Amino acid sequence: MDIPREKLIEMYERMVTIRQFEEGAAGLMRDGRIKGMVHLYAGEEAVAVGACFAVGKEDYIASTHRGHGHLIAKGGDPKNMYAELFGGQDGYCHGKGGSVHIADLDLGILGANGIVGAGPPIAVGAAFAAQYKGERGVSLCFFGDGATNQGTVHEALNLAAILKLPVVFICENNLYGEWTRQDRHQTVKDIAERAKAYAIPGITVDGMDVMAVHEAVSEAVERARRGDGPSLVECKTYRYFDHQGVGDGAADRAAEEMEEWRARDAIVRFRRHLVQTEALTEAEAEDIDRRVAARIEEAIAFAAASPLPTEEDLLTDVYA
Amino acid sequence: MRPIIYLMAINEALQQEMERDSTIFVAGEDVGQHPPFGVTMGLLPRFGPQRVVDTPISESAILGLAVGAAAAGLRPVVEIMFMDFLFVAFDQVINQMAKMRYMFGGKAKLPIVVRSPCGGGYSLAAQHSQSLEAMLCHIPGLKVVMPATPYDAKGLLTAAIRDDNPVFFLEHKKCYTVAGDVPQEQYEVPLGVAEVKRPGSDVTIVATSYMVHEALQAADELAKRGIEAEVIDPRTLLPLDMEAILTSVRKTHRVVIVHEAVEFCGVGAEIAAQVAEAAFDALEAPPLRVAAPFCPVPFSPPLEEAYLPNAQKITDTVLSVAQAKT
Repeated sequence: MDIPREKLIEMYERMVTIRQFEEGAAGLMRDGRIKGMVHLYAGEEAVAVGACFAVGKEDYIASTHRGHGHLIAKGGDPKNMYAELFGGQDGYCHGKGGSVHIADLDLGILGANGIVGAGPPIAVGAAFAAQYKGERGVSLCFFGDGATNQGTVHEALNLAAILKLPVVFICENNLYGEWTRQDRHQTVKDIAERAKAYAIPGITVDGMDVMAVHEAVSEAVERARRGDGPSLVECKTYRYFDHQGVGDGAADRAAEEMEEWRARDAIVRFRRHLVQTEALTEAEAEDIDRRVAARIEEAIAFAAASPLPTEEDLLTDVYA
Repeated sequence: MRPIIYLMAINEALQQEMERDSTIFVAGEDVGQHPPFGVTMGLLPRFGPQRVVDTPISESAILGLAVGAAAAGLRPVVEIMFMDFLFVAFDQVINQMAKMRYMFGGKAKLPIVVRSPCGGGYSLAAQHSQSLEAMLCHIPGLKVVMPATPYDAKGLLTAAIRDDNPVFFLEHKKCYTVAGDVPQEQYEVPLGVAEVKRPGSDVTIVATSYMVHEALQAADELAKRGIEAEVIDPRTLLPLDMEAILTSVRKTHRVVIVHEAVEFCGVGAEIAAQVAEAAFDALEAPPLRVAAPFCPVPFSPPLEEAYLPNAQKITDTVLSVAQAKT
């Protein structure tokens, strides 16, 4: 794939932003400055960025409980995201959603979602709307390996296939459904195999390789835009934090496995690739990292100062 | 005005609304080629398969389709073939469509209508006969409509389609063949407004859905015995027009609430509680309910007849309140 240098650099910056955002969120959680639950995306950056850079602002995505990465990849501002984690008025959901429901419909995001497997039918609905209006829009639908055991995912794949809807189903197979390892929750190894059940294309790619994800999703997006219907792209990836919270998940995962995946870190690999292909120098990469760090720091400060909602906000937005 | 049956009134509302607004589409199991109760008949030939979508038997996908399409700017009117099937897919109702607007800080607008036949009376047994409206009324973010007459059905469906919120439109199967005068032109019956179906001075009967007809029959019988019952149909259960009910109760000082759903934790409990809270001083007798007993809907005709509330049971209950007159 021939991708302009500016876009490659933007992809790198976006991945770094996700990583640093999540580390920032983990810090806030450890310090007790934010409440509730966080499902951190660190480790999986190549999937969100590789996929979201294959679509435009007008296209829809359905995200998951592990949704920070998707929002940043689609263009979300860390300031409004952190503000949401703080429960502040400047948050994307004015503090009513929190981490698990963080979303910005203006960016075409149909939700992070607290219910595993709930997003795919909704992504199918947005794809239906695009087809109905005769637009070339597509929906990207993110879900994990765990979600593929929910009936809703099967229903969504089947409906999208029969109506030839412009959806790309992107399975982020991070090898664990919550805390249960994949080989203990399903008999298939490659989830893309399940595409056969719907007579749609299914492909498994290295989810730690942003270019591989980008290429596979771009191809599926083109197919969808042509009116040829949905595809299933499985990205093998790994989360660095625990399913929920700021631990490393070592209680359920072997140390060797964790080391092995960290050795394949998507950001390190992409940076090396960019330097090797002379898209970027080491110094420029350092610059980007520093710029992102400053932006994250600024965003946290902004969020911490964001006014909290008051009781008057409690009953607003229940109905339109 | 000309008399048509309830089922045709709904069909007419759908056709006229779809003609008016091209963002409206209909989807559900067999809604196009083989409409199970005939409600959507004629839509497929008139509007084509893009706007009248036969779906697989996948209730979660049908409701998710509605949520996603509505969020992306369409106005879905989806059908769940029997209300009982809604619960196969309740996540899309409770956790998705009802909450999306609130969770996302007011950005989402979900103009969805979910039509669904409800109620018993045809020996369809426990999984095809239920009245589970109370479960929907417990969820902030939804609206719940239960029309009893053809006129209300057409006007309320038109209003429901134009509403920017998820609206559950529950059609009692026994209402489908009820005839009544309906204007040919379009009109709206506003959501959240009750109607006095029969004025009276001695007792208020609040009845919902098909029970409105049973209550009117009971009122005729009561009139023969010198008791003038006022029959109120809330028409919309969420939002609920308590003001209309309270106004009537303050006049009659007695209230009997009738619904086909199970009595325990039903909508009648809510109405009785609110009457007690707001008009306790006006009451001359305890609020009573006529509703189904606490068991699944049975199949065998004599059992189902024993299960369902009817005019006789309403009459008997009202008489017990009337006997409480001092």
